[in-house]
Amino acid sequence: HLATSLPLPSERDHLRPRIDLIVFMIDIKNKYSLKNVEASLAHVAAGFFLGKVCFLVTGVGRVNYCSVEISSIWKLGEVYCSPVLYCELELEGIRVATAQRLLRMLQICAGHVPGVSALCFNFLLRNS
Amino acid sequence: DSQTTAFLLRKHWVLYSVTPLYKFSSAHLKVYAKLLSAFIAAEKQKGLAVEVGVELDIKVAVTSLPDLKGSDQDEAAILVQLSLRSQASQKKSEEKLVWSGWFCSVCGDDLSKNMPEDFTCLPVFLANGAESYTSIVGSWFQKTFDCCFHRLAISPLNLSWMAAMWTGCKVDETASAMELVFSVPHLPQSLDILYAIHPEDAKALWDTVQKTPGEITQEEVDVFMDCLYSHFHRHFKIHLSSTKLVKVSTAIASAHCDGIIKFLQSQYVIEVLMLLTELAISQIQ
Repeated sequence: HLATSLPLPSERDHLRPRIDLIVFMIDIKNKYSLKNVEASLAHVAAGFFLGKVCFLVTGVGRVNYCSVEISSIWKLGEVYCSPVLYCELELEGIRVATAQRLLRMLQICAGHVPGVSALCFNFLLRNS
Repeated sequence: DSQTTAFLLRKHWVLYSVTPLYKFSSAHLKVYAKLLSAFIAAEKQKGLAVEVGVELDIKVAVTSLPDLKGSDQDEAAILVQLSLRSQASQKKSEEKLVWSGWFCSVCGDDLSKNMPEDFTCLPVFLANGAESYTSIVGSWFQKTFDCCFHRLAISPLNLSWMAAMWTGCKVDETASAMELVFSVPHLPQSLDILYAIHPEDAKALWDTVQKTPGEITQEEVDVFMDCLYSHFHRHFKIHLSSTKLVKVSTAIASAHCDGIIKFLQSQYVIEVLMLLTELAISQIQ
């Protein structure tokens, strides 16, 4: 499910399946995307921050187009105890690899991988 | 001092970062001028002529600018000038300056402190004139001193630092308006937004944001830019923060993200060069 900001509209609440993972996308070339994510984080229930939230930073291939300071994104990851992933959407190889990574994370968060909980995986990711 | 800087004001300079030059000596500038002149003549013979038609001589002058540096550890700036002189006339007054380029380093200690003896650190190169001359002069320096030239682009993040820093500078005469140019991405036809701010309003805003005079933090720059963005949003309902800042123009200087700078005030040239030196060094390292 894709959304441009949170909270999600309440009209379709009863039709929505359970949410297992929230990926916040920040475009390093777009300062507004960071502000939007910061505003949306306020609408997320605290329980999600136990391993069911991650930040995906896109556009990292082009250093000269940077409008957002990387350190402010690290700080966000620290404050919300969630991992920060980097990717460059324009390169197909990286795009596919990142998608596979997110899919794997989603499997763990949905409880489909026996023996690994979302919280324990989150701990591993953040401390590597 | 303003005599030295007169040549660089109000011209568009294209920026390059240059890796340290091997076995360069400021005592041999006249020799370098002769060698470069011969190189340009040879390139012309090869058919890489830059001027078609009338037979014109290119005269090369390489001089040192000892005042254009920050600290004593910096190397003095080196200026290269190409002038056209018709072969028929030998009069000096008939020379026309067609291209200038200069190397400089202002507070470039980060780069020079660990450099072995034979290397000269002049990380910033600025060129004004035809691109063809820039590439000929650049290739001669690269071949002779084993260095590398790279275009120095300026990211939107660094441009906003410049906007904040330069707004805070005191200017004697009536300052010109502060202008920011934004490019809107993902449109079928490119759209540029020009945001002009009265210089006194901009300075007043910056003065309320900056806590310690002489020191600037990333937070202060962010607050300054956010104020400008929300003011714009209030009036036009457009989020400038989702566009790309491509050009900043103040009374001190103007800078474009493609790596083009224009100096407007001689008293702040060294400050601007200090910032450019920092950008060049971070590109080199």
